Amino acid sequence: MQVILENLPAYWDGFLRTLFLSVVSGILALIVGTILAAARVSPVAALRGFSMFYVEVMRNTPLTIVFFFCAVVLPRLGVTFQQFEPAAILALSAYTSAFVAEAVRSGVNSVHVGQAEAARSIGMKFSQTLTLIILPQALRTVVPPMINLLIALVKNSSIAGGFYVMELFGYGRQLANANGNAVLWVLLGVAIFYLLITVPLGILAGRVERKVAIAR
Amino acid sequence: MTSVLYDVPGPKARRNSRIASIVGALVILAGAAWGVSTLARQGLFNADRWDIFSQAVVWQFLVQGIGATLSAAALAAVIAAVLAFGVALLRMSDVTWIRVPATVVLEFLRGMPVVLMMFFILLVFGSSAFVAVVAGLALYNAAIFAEILRAGIQSLPKGQREAGLAIGLTSFKTRVLVELPQAVRRMLPSLVAQLVVLLKDTSLGYIVTYEELLRKVNILSDFYGAKYLFSVFFVGAALYILINLTVSRIAIWIERRGSKKAAGGVAAATTSVRPTAESTTL
Repeated sequence: MQVILENLPAYWDGFLRTLFLSVVSGILALIVGTILAAARVSPVAALRGFSMFYVEVMRNTPLTIVFFFCAVVLPRLGVTFQQFEPAAILALSAYTSAFVAEAVRSGVNSVHVGQAEAARSIGMKFSQTLTLIILPQALRTVVPPMINLLIALVKNSSIAGGFYVMELFGYGRQLANANGNAVLWVLLGVAIFYLLITVPLGILAGRVERKVAIAR
Repeated sequence: MTSVLYDVPGPKARRNSRIASIVGALVILAGAAWGVSTLARQGLFNADRWDIFSQAVVWQFLVQGIGATLSAAALAAVIAAVLAFGVALLRMSDVTWIRVPATVVLEFLRGMPVVLMMFFILLVFGSSAFVAVVAGLALYNAAIFAEILRAGIQSLPKGQREAGLAIGLTSFKTRVLVELPQAVRRMLPSLVAQLVVLLKDTSLGYIVTYEELLRKVNILSDFYGAKYLFSVFFVGAALYILINLTVSRIAIWIERRGSKKAAGGVAAATTSVRPTAESTTL
């Protein structure tokens, strides 16, 4: 217990970095994922193919390997990072965007066919149909799964701690090494800080889900 | 593939689409060519960077890594499945002092990064890396499986439980004999999808120094020198993706097969039941 209170600044620093990693990669993943989903349903075959390929490969690659790629292989390609943080953000958002794309696509599929037919019959182009009619409805239905994806993202950001980013898990490792006699408390402290993010998000997801279910 | 989202493309749209496709493909190819040429300029494709793969020892080493990955995943999956049944039952118990603690524990496990759990088990219980990986994966996935099962049970028609209780089964027996089998069947796609996640998560063993595929890759590059890092990583990643793709293909196959059967089953049931129901009311 004492250990947690003594190292509160370290925990706080790690907590903020975890939040930062999650928020930035979350926003990037949402944007890229939606674009990928749009590409997946677009009339241009190359876009469809690319999106499908990307999503399929990313969903079947362990995040650790994506991290490994960003931290080790990319620098060799000439893409060097000053710190590991941008590499972590790149890895997290590249990985999560594939899952976002799948979620959005399932949302697009859940929109009633008549909506798209109506949009087309009043002369809308594909881009208009998608951005004005389909996506607003699709995004609404995928809010709960999206929140679950964000929870997973917060938890996944802990892998960055294994690649020299000092976020919650990174600090946890360091503190556990420094306080060999109080490892239990050190790690429980880390757990509590993770729960501080994930549990409220989970409750939010449940609430939204109930609301959407009633509205339907 | 026809889509309701856009009109069937006419000759002009088809031409534009084809041009866009070709340009897009060229851009991607150019990017790939740039990547490959940058790597080649650093000599990453020279034969001397890949010659270790002609040694049987290297492959043996990698196969050991695959074995470690698969065995950890398989063991964790079995333990998680067994635990999940128990936890799901506790979570749905009618008794408050069983249900509430079970809920708290489940939420705790679900809100926790798997790697933190592995680390916790590794350090606090001083176990081997293998035990840490298996236990971490098993606990976390048991929580997820339990939630999936609970969602499955809740999606069943109320009549299933009522019927079970009505013929004199206890609440527990109704859950186990009537509701759980249907829930498992209904949730099979989600369960298998989570299995793929479990398999992927074994790579977290890398961080807690379990000698799975990725760790073996690291050891190989340490042993043979940084020169081989890229080639070893490339082979390791390819193997990982190959294994995962195979498992997800199987998952998709199960999903297709299951949904076909389930759809047929329900449709058949409603059509055969309805006329008799109507005839009795008439």
